[in-house]
Amino acid sequence: MSGVQDSAPTPMSDESNLVRALRARDPAETERFVRSQSPRALSLARRFLRNEEDAREVVQEAFLSFFRSLDEFRGQAALSTWLHRIVVNSALMRRRRASNRLERQIDDLLPKFDETGHRLSVGPAWAISADEQLATQELRDIVRRRIEELPESYRIVLILRDIEQLDSEVVAEMLETTPNALKTRLHRARQALRTLLEEEPSICPRN
Amino acid sequence: MSSELTCKELIDFLDDYVAGAQTAQARAAFEAHLSICPECVDYLAQYRAAPRLARAALDGGAHAAPEDLIQAILKTRR
Repeated sequence: MSGVQDSAPTPMSDESNLVRALRARDPAETERFVRSQSPRALSLARRFLRNEEDAREVVQEAFLSFFRSLDEFRGQAALSTWLHRIVVNSALMRRRRASNRLERQIDDLLPKFDETGHRLSVGPAWAISADEQLATQELRDIVRRRIEELPESYRIVLILRDIEQLDSEVVAEMLETTPNALKTRLHRARQALRTLLEEEPSICPRN
Repeated sequence: MSSELTCKELIDFLDDYVAGAQTAQARAAFEAHLSICPECVDYLAQYRAAPRLARAALDGGAHAAPEDLIQAILKTRR
């Protein structure tokens, strides 16, 4: 059997055996797989969904969908990557259904420049450094709220690349885009989040 | 390539600078600009800080999944 794996934690032969066991509904292997993969799947779903019940339902649906589609699996990605992609897609579908959020336009969140290439509306330095822990729950909530304001396609990339710290090839494959397009999107997402955080007086004290 | 970068040129390629994915020549041009532009130094610091703050805010960690969830998933395969 041939195939390409992009982030497989196990050698191909182990993964092939696992696929065979899961297709055959081997109880021990199925349970081992579910126990090993569900914490990551749940943590991933929680990144996108604030409601715990929604996150759990999405994980359950994603596993169901994963098992149903096992026959179509051809080793094009690691099994775990494939499951994560299903979790992300399920979480996004759930989110769209419930969506009534205050997303902003990306163009409003990117820096503006004059004709000589100087940045316009430069604010003061931030009162919080990159290495600082977000000591208070209030500050964590502020940052979370600001992340929610990112346009969805940018928020997803920021979550998968900068928070989950998944490889760009894996994320590009998950989102069915190219690594170059993903790179541009991540750069814009970081700039947009910077702008959103700059609007917070507790992070950037303006006059 | 001109050694005189504008702020826009620097910010447009800040991801490559942060990732260390530039040629030595491009990096030198960036550092020359940063040495004379405190606004871009601030921007760079904030550009680096934003994803770290996001990580700190959303960090829930991958704890064990609840047993009832695991059992509900397994039930669909029995």
